[in-house]
Amino acid sequence: MSPERAILRDALGIAIASGAYAISFGAISTAAGLSLLQTCALSVLMFTGASQFALVGVIGAGGSVWAGAATAALLGSRNALYGVRLSTLLGVRGARRVAAAHFVIDETTAMAIARDDPRQSRYAFWATGFALFVFWNVGTLIGALATQAIPNPKVFGLDAAPPAAFLALLAPRLRSREPLAIALASAAAAIVLLPFVPAGVPLLVIAVLVALYGVMRRR
Amino acid sequence: MIWAGVLIASAACYGLKLAGLSLPESWLRDARLQRTVPLIPVALLAALVAIQTFSTGQHLVLDVRVVSLGVAIIAVALRAPFLVVVVAASATAALIRLI
Repeated sequence: MSPERAILRDALGIAIASGAYAISFGAISTAAGLSLLQTCALSVLMFTGASQFALVGVIGAGGSVWAGAATAALLGSRNALYGVRLSTLLGVRGARRVAAAHFVIDETTAMAIARDDPRQSRYAFWATGFALFVFWNVGTLIGALATQAIPNPKVFGLDAAPPAAFLALLAPRLRSREPLAIALASAAAAIVLLPFVPAGVPLLVIAVLVALYGVMRRR
Repeated sequence: MIWAGVLIASAACYGLKLAGLSLPESWLRDARLQRTVPLIPVALLAALVAIQTFSTGQHLVLDVRVVSLGVAIIAVALRAPFLVVVVAASATAALIRLI
């Protein structure tokens, strides 16, 4: 098999898997009270899973839209670091850079940096980006349409879906002791803060605390 | 209101992606920044798990979602795919309510 075919096969595999995950996004977003158009707009325009789940999760839990938007942006900060790693690899300027930026996410970065040859890296980035964009948006639409057809999402346990979705997004990031400790401390801090501040605000406090920890710690 | 949040948050997320591709590499190569930024999703996702499991609005609540989270943890530990984790958690809540 040629390297390009192997890349295409992997890209398609990733795209199909995230299509399935987009179905749950469409469902959770609709159950949180966003319209079909708002749900689909998020997948087209934001196109970064964890941020999308966070925005609709905060809104669904009764938090303000702005707390949700801020959390989404904070979660998107990691994409800036991916962009740094990709910028020399992709070598894109002008209009191509503006287009490439939209595809700078976990999956495309992982696919691009896994190749040794720069040409294959670029191919992997674009192939994964396009395939994922299509499946992500189709999946979102399917999930949203299916949920719209359900009169009471709670009957299907959809209120239990967001924590499971966040857990599934979190798990791959817990490969060593430090992130695990930070995760447990953050969860505990969220519970402690929750009764005292408006919904969504504990997330912003925790983001500030972890940023301070990261900057102050020596090593 | 929701529309404004959707559009502004989308613009912010796009801006961060574009900044990474565009800003001089040295700005974002700072070691402390490189170590700190990956911790933010860990902290926020963990906080979101806790909040969405143990609260309704501003009130701490213990209900079937705790059992669902337990099922989700088992599914994640078994390396189940994303959709399986979410469906298993939802189905657990639905079944418990049915009984």
